[in-house]
Amino acid sequence: MTERAMTEQPSQPSQPSKLFAYAPAPESRAVVDIAPSYGLFVDGEFREAAAGKVFKTLAPASEEVLSEVAYGDADDVDAAVRAARGAFGAWSALPGAERAKYLFRIARIIQERSRELAVLETLDNGKPIRETRDADLPLVAAHFFYYAGWADKLAYAGCGPEPRPLGVAAQVIPWNFPLLMLAWKVAPALATGNTVVLKPAETTPLSALFFADICRQAGLPKGVVNIVTGDGATGAALVAHPDVNKVAFTGSTVVGKEIARTVAGTDKRLTLELGGKGANIVFEDAPLDQAVEGIVGGIFFNQGQVCCAGSRLLVQESVQEEVLDALKRRLSTLRVGDPLDKNTDVGAINSAEQLARITELAEAGEAEGAQRWSPPCELPGEGYWFAPTVFTGVSQAHRIAREEIFGPVLSVLTFRTPDEAVAKANNTPYGLSAGIWTEKGSRILKLADQLRAGVVWANTFNKFDPTSPFGGYKESGYGREGGRHGLEAYLEHA
Amino acid sequence: MSTDAAPRDAGRGSLSDVVTSDAALRRFLQGLPGVDAVGLEARAAALGTRSIKTTAKAYAIDLAISMIDLTTLEGADTPGKVRSLCAKGANPDPGDRSAPRVAAICVYPDMARVAKEALAELGAGEINVASVATAFPAGRAAMPVKLADTREAVAAGADEIDMVIDRGAFLAGRYLQVFEEIREVKAACGGAHLKVIFENGELATYDNIRRASWLAMLAGADFIKTSTGKVGVNATPPNTLLMLEAVRDFRAATGRQVGVKPAGGIRTAKDAVKYLVLVNETLGDDWLSPDWFRFGASSLLNDLLMQRQKLSTGRYSGPDYVTVD
Repeated sequence: MTERAMTEQPSQPSQPSKLFAYAPAPESRAVVDIAPSYGLFVDGEFREAAAGKVFKTLAPASEEVLSEVAYGDADDVDAAVRAARGAFGAWSALPGAERAKYLFRIARIIQERSRELAVLETLDNGKPIRETRDADLPLVAAHFFYYAGWADKLAYAGCGPEPRPLGVAAQVIPWNFPLLMLAWKVAPALATGNTVVLKPAETTPLSALFFADICRQAGLPKGVVNIVTGDGATGAALVAHPDVNKVAFTGSTVVGKEIARTVAGTDKRLTLELGGKGANIVFEDAPLDQAVEGIVGGIFFNQGQVCCAGSRLLVQESVQEEVLDALKRRLSTLRVGDPLDKNTDVGAINSAEQLARITELAEAGEAEGAQRWSPPCELPGEGYWFAPTVFTGVSQAHRIAREEIFGPVLSVLTFRTPDEAVAKANNTPYGLSAGIWTEKGSRILKLADQLRAGVVWANTFNKFDPTSPFGGYKESGYGREGGRHGLEAYLEHA
Repeated sequence: MSTDAAPRDAGRGSLSDVVTSDAALRRFLQGLPGVDAVGLEARAAALGTRSIKTTAKAYAIDLAISMIDLTTLEGADTPGKVRSLCAKGANPDPGDRSAPRVAAICVYPDMARVAKEALAELGAGEINVASVATAFPAGRAAMPVKLADTREAVAAGADEIDMVIDRGAFLAGRYLQVFEEIREVKAACGGAHLKVIFENGELATYDNIRRASWLAMLAGADFIKTSTGKVGVNATPPNTLLMLEAVRDFRAATGRQVGVKPAGGIRTAKDAVKYLVLVNETLGDDWLSPDWFRFGASSLLNDLLMQRQKLSTGRYSGPDYVTVD
């Protein structure tokens, strides 16, 4: 299952160091105890699926089976929604300050168990421990702390004078940031007094089940959070359930459209956070060394499996050569391999299916005439791996410039003027993220206004904070998560 | 060959034009790409999380010891103190003769001869004597005084001269004056290597540090050095990383390799290893030697030795098991 890297040398090679080779520095697996099997978490209890079906979850870095998880069908979804409905009355009647106590407690437990959760997430997802430890887990805890603070201040959030919760929220999340996407969904829902049925992704169910345990540890009332594991059919049953008041989905645009069709004509509220084809725009007066870091972080963070990834580099033609030379030199120092090694920069692709899609699109890029380059790197023999890849000579007409690859593949395009940069950046069905690199403040402000993207980063990329709203334009979805805006999706006014 | 940080037309060989006038030099230095402080600091912090264990740690500790400019720059320095420091540099760990020697002993000019003789007596002639000069640390003296200071040090046997730039002139925008001063001191050094100290804490902005780096390299510096150790902010991982990027880009533009010396505030083995990670991942093998990277430090050596003893014995020792000099 391995896509071998092409090992053509960069024009100005900077060989990885031979003198100072880092010894393996693996994070210990002993901090996490994964049970051989897990049930569904419904009404405060783990239980087997009604039909008794199970599925396996793998470690993508080794294809090792980590555990067996219950497969929830429509009956299980129904039981979970009933449990959530049953819990809603008491939960929503609690004073905000009381709900906040539970959220603060959950946040603290997440911090206390963060090492365990980071290792678990790295095992189940394949992403490097450096990222789960330094990005995912701190952000997860921060989200719960942040929304805990809102729970008793909802009347002052600008969502009307007496905002009310909606009821039962059906939440379907992706596999790229399993626990973080859970936090983005669950924290605002609970703070506002809703109850939750959450369906984690098929390939990464474990951290949500550990979260269920954290809910029990925090003494959260039964039925407030329910977790139903399964596949697309489980998710479809959940969003179609008649007693659900709110649907929140993060995932692909194809599935998002299906959900929108399902929900159409009902009184369910809907927010969608879908795909993207983010443009990272580098002007000739950019702080170059930092721009190169931002390009690398923009597309190789989480193996590029990020909906807001900067997957299109738009570089001003006058500096194209030096930016590309510097980028290739930098990519030659990326450390690809064992996700549990504390020095790994790029880990495994999440699934065989995803790897096949990345491989197919990269081959299309070559077939359509773009030039493919990867740094010399040795990929492990087992598991799902794809070398960091850069395509140059890409035009707007190429598939790799238009379709979301959701992998460590960067498409490089050029522009001549700011207007051309904006036109190219906006020339996509998506509108989730964009980055601007320039030392000129006035240009940043002007472009940020012109770019049709939900998030525009200036001289940085992939920066997240619970106080900052996140969401898309066009086919990247609608609704905002995070910040005060994130409350609106879970409240209605008098 | 492209020039990552140099202005677009600054290809190999064309750089002599930029020092023909104050205006040309200012245009060149101010045309260097800006530095985004947040991004630079984030990169330095990210590299600071590298986990250096077992064989890699042993390599890094020995390399760090061999890169130390073991320093005493006190008003209270005496020949006895300097001789004792030389003995420490020659035999850092009396209990383990396999510990490498330091790169240089760094002293004030009037102590250069003492250091030179002491090292010769110890049979440690390969350890260089580095002398600060040019009215260190403030640099507030007339140019003839600075040059005389330099010549004295060289005559007393200094192999390396650590000069300070005139920060006042730099901050006032008189770049060509700073350039000429470095050139004259370089000429006064003769065969001695010249390290140029910027005093990053006084230059204050990262943009200034990048400009000072190019200015000093254009003027002929063999090494660029962060600081004197005498002000509030000395070497930091971000300001050192920035200087590493500057020497990388300068070599790409001119073919000439320049060394880097962070100084001041690096006290622990853990810190030293972080700096070596910066060198490793920014410049690679070509700079991983005492010829191209140095630590200006005094207390760092003992912490490196304690970590070294821990690696070889499996036990932590204590300050009573390393020598105080």
